[in-house]
This record gives sequence, structure tokens and C-alpha cells, in this order.
Amino acid sequence: MSSGTPVIELRNVDKSFGPIDVLHEISLKVGEGEVLCLLGDNGAGKSTLIKTLAGVHQPTRGEILMDGQATRFSGPRDAQARGIATVHQFGGTYPLMSIGRNFFMGMEPTRGFGPFRVFDREKANRIAVEEVQKMGITRITDGDRLVGGLSGGERQSLAIARAVYFGARVLILDEPTAALGVKQAAHVLRIVNEAKRRGLAVIFITHQVMHAMAVGDHFAVLIRGAIAADFRKGERTREEIADLMAGGESMADLEASIEGPADAAEGRTAAAPL
Amino acid sequence: MTDTTSTGGPAESPRAEKPSPSLSLGELMRSPAAGAFMGFAMVFIVFAIFGFQRNFLSVGGISTWVNFASTVGMIAIPVGFLMIAGELDISTGAVLPASAMTVAVISGYYEMPIMLGVCAALSVGALIGFINGMIVTRTQVPSFIVTLATLFAVAGLTLSLSIVFINTTQTSLNAPDWAKTLFGGRLLGGFRSSVFWWIAMIVGFIFFLHKSPWGNWVFALGGDQESARNAGIPVQRLKIGLFMLSSTSTAFAGVLQTIQFNAATSQANFGMIFNTIIACVVGGLLLTGGFGTVMGIVFGTLTLGVVQQGIGYTEIDRNLSFLIIGVMLLIAVLMNDTFRKLATSWSTKKK
Ligand SMILES: Nc1ncnc2c1ncn2[C@@H]1O[C@H](COP(=O)(O)OP(=O)(O)OP(=O)(O)O)[C@@H](O)[C@H]1O
Ligand SMILES: [Mg+2]
Repeated sequence: MSSGTPVIELRNVDKSFGPIDVLHEISLKVGEGEVLCLLGDNGAGKSTLIKTLAGVHQPTRGEILMDGQATRFSGPRDAQARGIATVHQFGGTYPLMSIGRNFFMGMEPTRGFGPFRVFDREKANRIAVEEVQKMGITRITDGDRLVGGLSGGERQSLAIARAVYFGARVLILDEPTAALGVKQAAHVLRIVNEAKRRGLAVIFITHQVMHAMAVGDHFAVLIRGAIAADFRKGERTREEIADLMAGGESMADLEASIEGPADAAEGRTAAAPL
Repeated sequence: MTDTTSTGGPAESPRAEKPSPSLSLGELMRSPAAGAFMGFAMVFIVFAIFGFQRNFLSVGGISTWVNFASTVGMIAIPVGFLMIAGELDISTGAVLPASAMTVAVISGYYEMPIMLGVCAALSVGALIGFINGMIVTRTQVPSFIVTLATLFAVAGLTLSLSIVFINTTQTSLNAPDWAKTLFGGRLLGGFRSSVFWWIAMIVGFIFFLHKSPWGNWVFALGGDQESARNAGIPVQRLKIGLFMLSSTSTAFAGVLQTIQFNAATSQANFGMIFNTIIACVVGGLLLTGGFGTVMGIVFGTLTLGVVQQGIGYTEIDRNLSFLIIGVMLLIAVLMNDTFRKLATSWSTKKK
């Protein structure tokens, strides 16, 4: 971990949607060249937390600090303009739009001036194809192609390539490896390490212990919207981490319950709706 | 399209009149406008053959359906924007008479300056669009229901307010000469000025949807609204803006009609709702949103114009026009899916 002020920090952040409290008293920090793995059960509030960091939601209470300065993101484009790039858990691409237009959604490169600014299609396509190819998807050579013709993993790679391109300071990945094949998942982990080497602060959400162990410097476990554990690499065993990721239940118990009838798993949170 | 056996008939004569596309053919082919263009060309040729002896190709014949298309088209394109954004606007059928009555009552009945009436009519349109947009974005009610409600509310309000103000449901308006020329004149031997307004609006709309960055956002709304919100697209403001654009354009069409015919009626125009939606679907738009082009809607509107109005200049039975439209709509819906699949799997082999 590098010294100095963290790139991004949350202090006592609460988030509620009307009467529903989702996050309580979250305090976290991520420094330059550090990977924070955010772990937790379905519905624990991981996506809500990163949406708050990405400017999609405003914290209900508490504050966000960037480089030690208290700050407020007016929206996702504000956060992105300050170098925070996010790959959200779902979607992120528009099937009936071209690769180039998808890549630059919300951050369109333009030509011309004043009210006659036009979308710079050539530039968008060129950069998008370059960046996607860097992700190892060499099959994509034409930025005019519609994203709907790509596979799910290729689409995910496009969303990640986009975040890597726009993320100057902070890279946030919400279950980026969920849709990916073994090779592509390994590639994403390589990208995380590469981003770390370049001095970015990375926040990485995953349900896979292996992936978390491979890149994480620092782990935070969310249980029902609160931080239940916060530790550095090497402080916990793999089994302990796996148990924490299962929301505090031991893997051994879970494995036992798989053998039994389905309703024996009572008390487990239902899978979050899409 | 109606009768395939006859296309082999008097083929030699009207071929010269085949419209030449102004866009590059390659660009056209891979856009959703390709199907709409081919549909239009086919309908046009068939009608030209049947109408060759009935003045279908005369200036009078052409201007009849082009004039009709211009009114439908200036409403259909912004309605199409909403469809691309995953919404629908059917309140246009009431905005049309509301704006027409506004300008006719202010500048006709009360004899105030014409521009005041025009501005008031456009404001009425903008206001209705704003209300539509606010309700749709603030509640989770589908825009079909919301605009159905405003359709009836505005239609009822227009009728009862006309009775309150002028004690009748229709009135006349005699605009000054300059305004008549600008908003309702005939040029080039039959084309109404609405045609030229439409062309200007097409240019503006193409720029907005296909060239400016905002166009991207409109497609994103229909493609995946949640992702658009995550990407920082101002989803609500953009939607409200699109509803306002649609009803303000409708109000403008109402103003043009009133000045052109010197009269306005407060009866709701339900036919216009169908016409705009047919124009959009025949123009290659998907009802599920996220896909479409301005030129597609233009060709869809022109096709509708030929079938509804141009039919009077052919030997085809006028009563068949609804049947043709119905069949055409079905074919278009089926084709649109194919075109979408083609576009999705399309890739250049040249690179
Ligand atoms: N906009 C919202 N309005 C109301 N409740 C919400 C909203 N967004 C999320 N929630 C609730 O917050 C809780 C946490 O959701 P979140 O998506 O953050 O979970 P998660 O940890 O990302 O889960 P998963 O592992 O399934 O992705 C859920 O119970 C969810 O229903
Ligand atoms: Mg999540």
C-alpha cells in the first residue's frame, strides 16, 4: 500500500431509499495502487455502495472524500470527469447501438463548435476498437457493428475496456467476471493488477473467493448494509474469507444444507431480483 | 404491393419518375431506413403504374400526398423519437385541435396579432408536453396510458373552453398575407409551405438524432434506461424534453393547418394518432425502442401519403386504401424484426 491520503474515502456513509435503509455507517478508504475487494451476500448493499461512489446515488448521510477533500458528485458524469470509472453489475451496453457509440455513451467525443457540435464517429470507433482489442477481444475490428451481435462476455469486456479508458484515478468493477469465461476472467484480473501498477485505486466486487484472493490487498465484508469485517491480505485464511463471503455462515454448514431438502436453507436471504 | 401480377404490364413508361435517393446507397442499405425506402419505392411504382393515366405523376397529384405527408411527418418524427426512447405519445390527436383553436381564437376571433396567436398555440403544445413528461417521469405509469389520459382531458378541455370563449366549436381565421405565405401558402404550383417547413425540420431532426451527442442519449433511453442513468444521461430531463418536442411540433402543425384552411375546429383528430404511429412503424422503428432513423420515418410518412391521398389519382379503388395500409403495417412489422437481426449481425468484410 502506498502512503499518503487515500484517493477515495467514505466516512460514516448511510444510504436509504425512502424508508428502506440499505447502507449504515460505511467507512472505507482506498489508496493509490491498492485493490479493495468488496465482499458480501446477495442484497448486502455492494452495488448500492459503489453506485454512491460512482455518483449515481447521493449519500443520505456522511461524506465522500477524494484526495482528502470532502466532495459531492452531482452525477455519474461528474464522477467520471474526475476519473472515477465504473462497470455496473448489469447492462452497461446498448444492443442496438454501435460499438463506438456504446463505448462513449455520455462522454461523446465531438467535432465542430457551438450548437453544431457533432459526434465524432471515426474517432469514437477507432478508440473503441483499439481499447476492446487490448482486452483480448481481437474479433472486433469494426466500430460500426452493433453490440447486440456480440456475446455476453464480449459485451462485458467492452464495458470494462470503457472503464479502463475513462478511469484515471479510481476503477470500480461490480462483479465484472460473472459473465466471463476462464480466460477472459483471468484477463480481467490481469487488468486489475495492471491498473494497480499504474497507481489507480481499484474497488472490486466478486462472489468468487479465488478472484478476490488473487488481486485483493484489502478486503471489506458487507453484511446487511454494514461493514462486518475489514482486513488486509494475509490476515485471514481462505476459509475464513469464504465464510464471510457467505454472509457469515460457515461453508461447511452451507455444503451440508445443499444435501438436504431445499426448504432447509431457511434464514438465507433470497436471491436479489435483477 | 397490392397486385403483383400487373407489375409486368406497362413497365416502359413511368420508370423515369422513380425517385432518386439523396443519400448514398450503401449507407442507406444498412440503416433501418433501407426497408422503409424500398417499401416506399415499391408502393410508389405500383401506384405510378396504376395512376399513369389519372394524373398521379402530375404536380397536382404529387403535391396532394406530399402536402398531407408534411403535416403527418412533422408530428411523426418527434413521436418517433419518443418511440426510440421507449415511450409513446398519443396525445397528439388532442394537441392538434387545441393549438388550432388557440391561434384561431386569439388571432381570429379576438383579432390580436397573428404572431401572438402562434406563440400562444406553441406554448399550449409545450405545456401539454411538459405535463406528459412530468407525469411519465415522476410516476411509473406507462406513457401510453398517461398520454391516453391527456388525449381525452385536452380534447374535452378544448371543446368546453371553445364554448366558454366563443360559444361554438369552430371558428375562422384570416391571417395577414405575409403570414399566409409563410405558414400556409402554395409554392411551385401546389406544394404548401408546410412541405418546406417539414424539410427544414427533417434537417434539424436528422442533426439532432444522428449527428449530435444527444441523439446517442435518445437511443440509450430506449436501449437500456438503467444503464443510461448509470452513465449519467439526464434521463428525466431528456424525456420531458422529448415529450415537449413532440407536442410543440404537433402544435406547429395545427397552426399551419389553421392558417392554410382559414379555419379551426375543436374536434379531436384521432386519425392523426394512427397516422403518426403507422408512419413510424412503416418507417422501421421498433415499438420496443432503441432503433430507428429520421429518414425511415420520412419514407414511412411518404408511403402513407401515397396510399391514403395519392390513391385518388390512380385507378385503384379508394376504399382499398385502409386495407393496403393494414397489410403494409403487418409486412413492415415482420420486416422490421428481420432488418434488426440483419443490422445486428452485420459487419464489414472489407476492413
Ligand atoms: N433504488 C432502490 N430502491 C429501493 N431499494 C433498493 C434500491 N436499490 C437497491 N435497493 C435494495 O438495497 C439492497 C441492496 O441491494 P444491492 O443491489 O446493493 O445488493 P448487492 O450487494 O449488490 O447484491 P448482489 O450480490 O445480488 O449484487 C437490496 O435489498 C435492494 O432491494
Ligand atoms: Mg450487486
